[in-house]
Amino acid sequence: MRIHQLSVFVEDQEAALRFYTDVLDFVKRHDIPLGADRWLTVVAPDEQDGPEVLLEPNRHPAARQYQEALAADGIPVVSFAVDDVEAEFERLKGLGVKFTQDPLTMGPATTAVFDDTCGNLVQIIHVN
Amino acid sequence: MAGDVFKALADPTRRCILDELVERDGQTLFELCTRLVSKHGLDLSRQGVSQHLAVLEEAGLVRTRRSGRYKFHDLNIEPLETLATRWLRPPKPGGEA
Repeated sequence: MRIHQLSVFVEDQEAALRFYTDVLDFVKRHDIPLGADRWLTVVAPDEQDGPEVLLEPNRHPAARQYQEALAADGIPVVSFAVDDVEAEFERLKGLGVKFTQDPLTMGPATTAVFDDTCGNLVQIIHVN
Repeated sequence: MAGDVFKALADPTRRCILDELVERDGQTLFELCTRLVSKHGLDLSRQGVSQHLAVLEEAGLVRTRRSGRYKFHDLNIEPLETLATRWLRPPKPGGEA
């Protein structure tokens, strides 16, 4: 079994696509209209056949509740690997991204947590 | 109030929480849990940490602050200053501070 696709609930698909591509540098993989919504996925630029993140509308009331409750306690819904958390933190901060946890090295890993502007917190991580 | 401070400080986990807030103020519950588990090897549920934070907040040692959708915890050392004044810097006889 391999990881094919994971979903992240988003408030607005168009805004999510902009943030995940323009700011996070992911690449759009699939964009298929489905009624009012889209089957919209992004992939890492250097792994375009790799795992996809589905930017899924959060219209279900439980999805919003889940997003709000996790965000209040600072819990990320997804974790992305980067080469250097500190460098990525500086880059993203320069683009106006808000962090709820600045870079933190604990044991073998360095992590940071930011707001994806779509209702979620996202963790970035590198292993030292 | 002072009684609550002593009770709050009596627990080693709560002292760890304060240590971590000294290192960095304004932490989410997630960050505090990460620190307690990975740095101090404490096996605590989020709920358990929340309860410890509630005791610290009642004693005035921690303040929670909402910023948008997020909740951050800040250290407040005022109650400790009161304690330090009480024994380490007692007011001079005659009522002067």
